[in-house]
Amino acid sequence: MGDPRGFIKIRRGEGGAREQASRCMDCGTPFCHWGCPIGNYIPEWNDLVFNDQWERAFELLDATNNMPEITGRICPAHCEFACVLEINDDPVTIRENELAVIERAFKKGWVVPRPPSRRTGFEVAVVGSGPAGLSAAAQLNKMGHSVTVFEQDDSVGGILRYGIPDFKLEKWILDRRIEIWKKEGIKFKTSVKADSRLVSEFDAVCLAIGCRTPRDLKIPGRELEGIHFAMDYLVQANKKTGPINAKGKKVVVIGGGDTGADCVGTANRQGAKCVVQIELLSQPPECRDESCPWPKYPLLLKAASCREDEAERRWSILTRRFKGQDAKVKSLECVKVKFEGSKMIEVPGTEFEIEADLIILAIGFVKQEIGTEWQDKKVFPAGDVARGPSLVVWAIYEGREAARRISAALTRA
Amino acid sequence: MARHLWVPPGKGVEMWKYVKEEQNKGLYDACFEHDSCGVGFVVNINGQKSHEIVRQGLDVLKRLAHRGAVGADPKTGDGAGILIQLPHELFKVARPGSYGAGLVFLPRNQKLYGICKDVFKKIVEQEGQVLLGWRRVPVNDSGIGKTAADTQPVMEQVFIGKGKQVNTRLELERKLYKIRREVEKEIQAKDFYITNLSSRTISYKGLLMPHQLEEYFLDLKDPELTSAIALVHSRYSTNTFPTWDLAQPFRFLAHNGEINTLRGNINWMRARGIDVIRPGGSDSACLDNVFELLVLSGRSLPHAMMMLIPGAWEQNKAMKKEVRDFYRYHACFMEPWDGPAAIAFTDGKHVGAVLDRNGLRPARYLVTKSGMVVMASEVGVLDIDPAEIESSGRLEPGKMFYIDTETQRIVEDEEIKEEIYDTRFYGQWLRENMVDLDDLHRISAAAEEKLDVKTLLKVFGYTREDLRMVLKPMAEKGKEPVGSMGNDTPHAVLSNRPQLLYNYFKQLFAQVTNPAIDPIREDLVMSLESYVGPQRDILKETPEHCHKLRVKEPILTNEELERIRSIQKNNFRTKTISVLFRKTELVKALGRICEEAEEAIKEGYTFLILSDRGVDEKNVALPMLLAVGAVHHHLIRKALRTKVSLIVESAEPREVHHFAALFGYGAELINPYLAYEAVSLLVARGDLTLDATTAVNNFRHALNKGIMKILSKMGISTLNSYRGAQIFEVLGIGDEVIGMCFEGTPSRIGGAGFEEIAKETVLRHEKAFALDPLLESGGIYQWRKDGENHLWNPQTISALQDSTRSNDYERYREFSALINDQSGRPTTLRSLLKIKTLPKPLPITEVEPVESILKRFATGAMSFGSISGPAHETIAKAMNMIGGRSNTGEGGEDPARFKDDRRSAVKQVASGRFGVTTNYLVNADELQIKIAQGAKPGEGGQLPGHKVSAIIARTRYTTPGVTLISPPPHHDIYSIEDLAQLIFDLKNVNPKARISVKLVSEVGVGTVAMGVAKGHADMILISGGDGGTGASPMSSIRHAGLPWELGLAETHQTLVMNGLRSRVRLQADGQLRTGRDLAIAAMLGAEEFGFATAALIVCGCVMLRHCHLNNCSVGVATQDECLSKRFRGKPEYLVNYFRFVAEELREIMAELGVRSVDELVGRADLLEVDRKILPWKAKNIDFDRILYRGEGSRTHCTQEQDHGMDKILDNQLIKLAKPALSGKGPVRHELEISNFNRTAGAMLSGELVKKFGESGLPDDSIHFKFTGVAGQSFGAWLAKGITLEIEGMANDYVGKGISGGKIIIRPNHLTTYSPNENIIVGNTTFYGAIDGEAYIRGVAGERFCIRNSGLFAVVEGVGDHGCEYMTGGRVIVLGPTGRNFAAGMSGGIAYVHDKHGEFPDKCNLSMVELEELNSEDKKLIKDMLESHFRYTRSPVAKGILDDFSKESRRFVKVMPKEYKRVLEERAMSEEELELLEVSDG
Repeated sequence: MGDPRGFIKIRRGEGGAREQASRCMDCGTPFCHWGCPIGNYIPEWNDLVFNDQWERAFELLDATNNMPEITGRICPAHCEFACVLEINDDPVTIRENELAVIERAFKKGWVVPRPPSRRTGFEVAVVGSGPAGLSAAAQLNKMGHSVTVFEQDDSVGGILRYGIPDFKLEKWILDRRIEIWKKEGIKFKTSVKADSRLVSEFDAVCLAIGCRTPRDLKIPGRELEGIHFAMDYLVQANKKTGPINAKGKKVVVIGGGDTGADCVGTANRQGAKCVVQIELLSQPPECRDESCPWPKYPLLLKAASCREDEAERRWSILTRRFKGQDAKVKSLECVKVKFEGSKMIEVPGTEFEIEADLIILAIGFVKQEIGTEWQDKKVFPAGDVARGPSLVVWAIYEGREAARRISAALTRA
Repeated sequence: MARHLWVPPGKGVEMWKYVKEEQNKGLYDACFEHDSCGVGFVVNINGQKSHEIVRQGLDVLKRLAHRGAVGADPKTGDGAGILIQLPHELFKVARPGSYGAGLVFLPRNQKLYGICKDVFKKIVEQEGQVLLGWRRVPVNDSGIGKTAADTQPVMEQVFIGKGKQVNTRLELERKLYKIRREVEKEIQAKDFYITNLSSRTISYKGLLMPHQLEEYFLDLKDPELTSAIALVHSRYSTNTFPTWDLAQPFRFLAHNGEINTLRGNINWMRARGIDVIRPGGSDSACLDNVFELLVLSGRSLPHAMMMLIPGAWEQNKAMKKEVRDFYRYHACFMEPWDGPAAIAFTDGKHVGAVLDRNGLRPARYLVTKSGMVVMASEVGVLDIDPAEIESSGRLEPGKMFYIDTETQRIVEDEEIKEEIYDTRFYGQWLRENMVDLDDLHRISAAAEEKLDVKTLLKVFGYTREDLRMVLKPMAEKGKEPVGSMGNDTPHAVLSNRPQLLYNYFKQLFAQVTNPAIDPIREDLVMSLESYVGPQRDILKETPEHCHKLRVKEPILTNEELERIRSIQKNNFRTKTISVLFRKTELVKALGRICEEAEEAIKEGYTFLILSDRGVDEKNVALPMLLAVGAVHHHLIRKALRTKVSLIVESAEPREVHHFAALFGYGAELINPYLAYEAVSLLVARGDLTLDATTAVNNFRHALNKGIMKILSKMGISTLNSYRGAQIFEVLGIGDEVIGMCFEGTPSRIGGAGFEEIAKETVLRHEKAFALDPLLESGGIYQWRKDGENHLWNPQTISALQDSTRSNDYERYREFSALINDQSGRPTTLRSLLKIKTLPKPLPITEVEPVESILKRFATGAMSFGSISGPAHETIAKAMNMIGGRSNTGEGGEDPARFKDDRRSAVKQVASGRFGVTTNYLVNADELQIKIAQGAKPGEGGQLPGHKVSAIIARTRYTTPGVTLISPPPHHDIYSIEDLAQLIFDLKNVNPKARISVKLVSEVGVGTVAMGVAKGHADMILISGGDGGTGASPMSSIRHAGLPWELGLAETHQTLVMNGLRSRVRLQADGQLRTGRDLAIAAMLGAEEFGFATAALIVCGCVMLRHCHLNNCSVGVATQDECLSKRFRGKPEYLVNYFRFVAEELREIMAELGVRSVDELVGRADLLEVDRKILPWKAKNIDFDRILYRGEGSRTHCTQEQDHGMDKILDNQLIKLAKPALSGKGPVRHELEISNFNRTAGAMLSGELVKKFGESGLPDDSIHFKFTGVAGQSFGAWLAKGITLEIEGMANDYVGKGISGGKIIIRPNHLTTYSPNENIIVGNTTFYGAIDGEAYIRGVAGERFCIRNSGLFAVVEGVGDHGCEYMTGGRVIVLGPTGRNFAAGMSGGIAYVHDKHGEFPDKCNLSMVELEELNSEDKKLIKDMLESHFRYTRSPVAKGILDDFSKESRRFVKVMPKEYKRVLEERAMSEEELELLEVSDG
């Protein structure tokens, strides 16, 4: 461990990565490592960072995470909420340390293409180039299989490229990684709508097509112009093309989650006149309470990508109907609600209206069934398509797991 | 003393059977019997025979009766006997010297009886001698116990006249020996036994109590029966099965103690092709067998004894060179029989006695002016007029006491030895023949490997954790890594991951029957030096016998190995044998290796190197331990083993445990080449800021120290005797493998066979060639997702914490399901069991209520010191709320807690005796003697100075900032009868408290427990080896101690079998977590349950495993004030937890239809193995012996122990002290005292403190003056206000735990010898003294004032290890000291009057400095000496006082360095506090 008393001497956020690494207690039971879906060897690389052994820290980080430069920027960091210091102190800045390690590695030129020393001769197709597909591809390639990634969009990255706004993840970061993978031998085919013929062409197929079917809000007025799904909005914004733009508009984002926050941030950056964000559920606590004891990941009121001043945030609001004029949306009719157990009750007399000319629906995605054409034992679903909508880090886990299973199946056969 | 049960292949009348058939089905095994005892002799130096000597011998025996024991049958003792000169006057059969005689136990079965006599006759004739006849020995069996009577053999004496070819006495003795051996070999019936067959001595002995002996053998009362020598022995055995033949004395000797290295000694004798050890004998019997052989080979008694039990010569610079040469020479062909021993021996002309190198058994002697010598385990065993005493002495470690009745004198130790070495040329022989490894040509190392280091590391299963947590600290600091908390990973046989074979082996350790050694503070007895090369015939001695290679340290560098590989000297030749194999052919490969070894010996090779160099994808390395064991045993069986030395060149071993296992199975030297590479790798990549050579040397140093610690755990001092001693129990290996490679090692549940071992070896091998660039995580010491399974993991920890905080039983059931169902990842033995489903469940309302079950709960012994104050008090409060018992742990308890809800019901008494005051003892409901601790059985502990805060120092009665050391053993428990004595002491101080004894599970714990039950413990706790710790060497946490399932079942079965189960309660602990765990513990025999780790987790522990670092972030295991404040545990959480557990247990009981826990105890029949979930390596695992339910109706505790409190002297003392105790002023009385008046003053002290508290009464309020010889533990825990005075002498343990009283001991005024040259009190006196004064006019034995906290004492001479581990107080020694004075002394001051300037050489200077006196010192000494003179009239004190200004200059002040610093600085700055690694608890 770095410094056995580091956590007493240094506060969270003080000093650089090395000081923060010194706070890590190298626990006998590292809950951070447990909380991390991909099982990053957090205490071990913290120790190495403390001891100025950055290259070995990178080596360990690289062993569990195919794109730490991305999780290091956008991961909600379950690890930090599971950190033992979270019990009665401020947790170690694990995500920032991860980012420090990988960025130093890029800077020092340690991140270089490492094509496998031998090829197995197996050909694997990966359909979809989001975080799950990319991780699966990277892992399979490492194991010596020949990998082709199919992407229907014109550029690789899936949700990483089109779902996450630039202000959270600049796209050169993704490109930098993809370049390496290309040099390691992964073939990428973009603007290709892959179909189930792949099953006969390849030894195995990893199906990582994500889960993009948005949940809809089927209330009166839904047909009005100016009401869009968050993903449509974000993709257009990321591509910097398309008709949906918040400039000069009164924007309401329905949905208080991460996607909603991304929409708020994007709308503001596009020059919205004002942004209101409403959420059906009640306001989460600002810090962990008894309902969610350590080491669970708590739902907290976050201000990460959506700062206080960017939007008016309102909780426990049910939207009853959209109202419009000339087929264009003009306002929402809302009411306050409260919850008794799982039952939602409208509070009488709390009806109100919000003016809006752009409404973004960011209320989640619906898990979709995998088409029958993909039902084959050579096909291995991974990521959101398998798991339902989830975090990037879970997608990486999914991709790696799929790769492990695919490789096992191939080499066993 | 362990008994070996090794049955030679079938010949003879009836196969040897010790135990009844059904006894073999359970876990009880007669091999693990122990005994220990009282031993003594009476001799007329002038050789004048008389019946009086016999009479006096028998008196001595009776006065040693309290050192023996009785079993369930109160009239059957463990055995008693006497060995005397052959009484011709009684027999009158032939001319003395022309015949031999012996007592023979004959079968009662008429047919067998006839056969035995026929065989005897036949063999006597075969040997050319004359069978003169048989004599029916007159016996009266009316007084003996039922058990003894039922098994009583026919007692006859045989008389054999010498044949024509026999000329000398020695030849006759050899013939008689031959006859006896031949008869023994032919008749192997269980009740046939020849006690002795000699022309000089005869014995009378049997399964009797001391007082029964003379009533039983009518001869003993016959005045015609005369002798000048009477050697007696009273046995205290753990065994209660009728064994007439194990009574002592044997042919030559009587032994009090234990041979720890027995298994190895027997194997080595077999290896030499010498078949003299009679199967089924005790270790003493085996020793006697070999001693007899050596004597009959023509060596003198002392010579033979010095060969077998050498003194600690290796590091003793003060020992004469000739004597050291003698020992070194003999070390070349005889390994020491190591272990605590006081041995008395005689051949009918000479009588002698000797102690082991550590002096671990007591032996005192008196010489009278009329030429008589009485020697015994105690003084005072014969009433001798004080005016008649010529001198009073004690046996000293490594020295011999010897009387020659022919030359009619006592021969001094030096003279005996001179006689031996003077006639020979050992020094010259050694010079000319012995080769030193250091002197061999240097050779550049070593072979290139085919694979890169990283792949090799993977092939041999090195993990990142191994590098980071094991090798790095060893290479960095030269010390073994320390960890904390217990082991919760799977046993090797259950693990899904390939395991190294070492992981199946568990180190055994000393508990109760012999003490562990402190390898640091008492390193003067330890040695790793080896003499390798072929051995010669032990019956001869020639210069070539020391034709050996001397190697100082057994872990070889690559270069050293090459030197041996290419050795050219002295006909030494080395052959390297590869242990590689082709994946599937493991057994074949073993066979090939054994053959190659045998062939090499025939070709004249003297060293065999077993090597695993050269692995590649196809060639796999055999587990080295398997190869070593196979070759070692193969060569033993072929009687070739001593012709060659086995050397290991292996990539495998890297932990201390690995090396210990290899040595334990016969490896002589080891070269761990890959571990060296790994250390170099750590250096190369910057993990260590050392150069590679230093790092490797540190690593080797750590190994050497670690190995010494493992030896010392078992009480073994030298690697030479540890080698091949097989001090391990195996968990999870099948019989076939054990039989071939580890013969004689207990492996009680079977398990993996060759196939499984091969499979896991190959699995690991193949994995190494996968593409993954990293070494595996490991996850043994720290949990990892991709590492080994842990039962305490984030999921279980958080489930347990959630459920107990929110009082949510459903959530608790989630937790218990995670623990109870281990299918797919089996971890514990109990997880493989299934509770049967029975047809008749009960409604839960009819089951014993939760409240009543909670009273059976206890929390583990966690000291305030190892855990924080808030944590300690929270646990105490919770236990008081539910009516359970919390435990103080070692380290006392703040008296402010004694009377309120923070009180711990159980007060522990551990080896350090910190805070064990009279007041502490009287405030307990239960006093627990901690013999061992699951995480580090056989080891001591250390609380570094920086952890000793003001409050801790106060509760431990020491000085803040001064390091506190707990010795590995209790220094008043070196044997089972010592434990009985401590139990008696504690019961005296607090008669209301129950006394419990904490043992750790290992093979044989059942027999130890039986001895403990016989020693009158009220409760026995069997701890599992996986229990927690505040700090232990990591190898101990994992590799020492066994699961409680085995130990508990063995203990329960053994106690039931012996009818002792009803007298004692059993408790189990060691990672108990759920109601199901408790149900299984109950079914295997426990009626009470202990929790420790689980309780801490409920209190907020999240298994940081940082206890040893003092930086527990949740405030549980820290003494840091700011961190303690973070503690968030509440008693309520614990109450919730315990209620949940009890409720879960009730549900199981309801399903089984069992109403109460008492009904459930011992119901092993309700359990069965769940075959479905057995992991692949454990498919053949066998639980039959664990689940065996023996006969015996009483299977739980139903009656109380009889402590015999009504008969003790203190009842009278209390009566006499009544006025003082009721506040009516001081009392003073004079009384007689005798050696059977033990623990005088303790009960009185308890009474006083209960009334007046710790501050007691004003000094001298109660004053008793005794005349005579006091028994053991005189003045134990003597309270303030009491003065005890003796005119006479005292035995061992005077003033243990003295808490403010005053003890004065001076010789009887009629004595004429000079007291300052004669011994007056025994060993281990004032152990753990808290406060008070002592004035001893005479010399004390070993370990005077050991672990003294505050006593002021004056004494006129001390034995070895004076003031050891002392932490406070003042000691003045007015005469010579023994060796190793002040070892581990961290506090207090000693002043030694060093007349001849010898003291500095005898003082252990590692923790103290020698200084001159300052004026304050002088004043103190003067005051104390004035008191000493006033109380004892000591002329020595007077002499010094009369010329004080001159004499005061002769005092040397012994000042602990740390104590001095603390006194000087008092306030230490935070920065200086180095985070030390070790703490106790």
